[in-house]
Amino acid sequence: MGNQSSVSIETGSLLDRAKELRKQGYRLAQIGCAAGKNWEINYSFGKEYEFVNLKLTLASPDIEIPSISPVYRCAFIYENEINELFGLKIRGMGVDYKGGLYRISVKTPFRP
Amino acid sequence: MSRYSVIPFGPQHPVLPEPVQLELVLEDEKVVEAIPSIGFVHRGLEKLVEKKDFLDFVYVAERVCGICSFIHGLTYCMAIEGLLKLEVPARAQYLRVIWSELSRMHSHLMWLGFFADAMGFENLFMNTWRIREKILDIIEETTGGRVIFGSCKVGGVRRGIDNGTLKGILAKLKDYRRDINEITGVFLRDDSVRQRLIGRGVLTKEKAYELGAVGPTLRASGVRFDIRETGYAAYNKISFEPAVETGGDSYARCKVRIRELFQAIDIIRQVIEKIEDGPIEVKVEGTPDGEFFARTEQPRGEVIYYARADGSRFLQRLRIRTPTFANLPALLEMLPGCELADVPILIHSIDPCISCTER
Repeated sequence: MGNQSSVSIETGSLLDRAKELRKQGYRLAQIGCAAGKNWEINYSFGKEYEFVNLKLTLASPDIEIPSISPVYRCAFIYENEINELFGLKIRGMGVDYKGGLYRISVKTPFRP
Repeated sequence: MSRYSVIPFGPQHPVLPEPVQLELVLEDEKVVEAIPSIGFVHRGLEKLVEKKDFLDFVYVAERVCGICSFIHGLTYCMAIEGLLKLEVPARAQYLRVIWSELSRMHSHLMWLGFFADAMGFENLFMNTWRIREKILDIIEETTGGRVIFGSCKVGGVRRGIDNGTLKGILAKLKDYRRDINEITGVFLRDDSVRQRLIGRGVLTKEKAYELGAVGPTLRASGVRFDIRETGYAAYNKISFEPAVETGGDSYARCKVRIRELFQAIDIIRQVIEKIEDGPIEVKVEGTPDGEFFARTEQPRGEVIYYARADGSRFLQRLRIRTPTFANLPALLEMLPGCELADVPILIHSIDPCISCTER
């Protein structure tokens, strides 16, 4: 499965950590959101077959987080998904579909 | 004077096997921008994990997609086995590889057929699917199902394949190799096909990597990245080289998939030569707790399953990042600048699986 590691980070250090990983040649593998007592966002990066995860924990979905699309252009697709389906506020998305990416019949955002 | 227009491509379109919409902003016949909309086949399968026992959910995971069905089930099982720290028996690992590669073959043959159909080459489409039927027959013989295998389970596989049947499969695949060679030769050498594919939708190596592309879309741009090299299942006992091309265009993406067809036959041959006798499953004890990322190589690229559990029989969260979702930014990069007539080819060239994308 390759080496995988997970590190918890603070919102304020997200962009800096993303820039550092980009500089080291890591690609963005995925961004995923898990809702529960807290809101967790997993940013996964890969270099060759190394797999590194940065985990952001938010106490509330109303806390705004910065977009990493200035660092990883492809982040917009994941951030739009999280914004639409989970209602998390992401500031500065490279491409913002303003709620138009997912056309589903179920009411969003999903809340636990 | 240029004329601007917006054309909705999809969600229903003759070349699209599944619904997805791209609003194409055109300047005369050239695409300026593409705005995607998805969700037409969203089924909320990730949410369903909270209601299904973790052992039973493999049946749902297999139904995320009908094409990459087995590998979805496999990746889910690997995520749970990772949480439980379960050691799967060797024979089961080898069988998982056989079914994964058969899955890859039927998927690539299906894609080749759709690709030919998108170019209006109906005869090639039908001949490609005729060969695909033979692969589906092997899958049905070994699992009971043509598309949804139902053969992977947490701790191993549900049914075995006896050594006699394995030898029979090898003999059949050697036969089919000739047919596959003939058909794929048309894709690679026919002038009308080459004219539609060469130089279309070029994705440079740097852009493909930067935009997070995976699978044949990435490898066709010269990046060697194939999750099978991490050695999951029995891939650590198989010797193979990822199929990498450097053209970065639709022709290169087609060539990578064609090479993977022959590579799959070779991998299955190696597995059948090396497969060990022994049990095909191990008893599952306890319940999963913690979090784990499982990654495998689907026909379209890297799939990531993130499973989080709290010790109960129901997972807290399952997040599935499918390869088509990862390839969407690359597709949106390829489309601007292309002609309207090339849009179906470019969309098909990433081998989109919308069921996977939307889950």
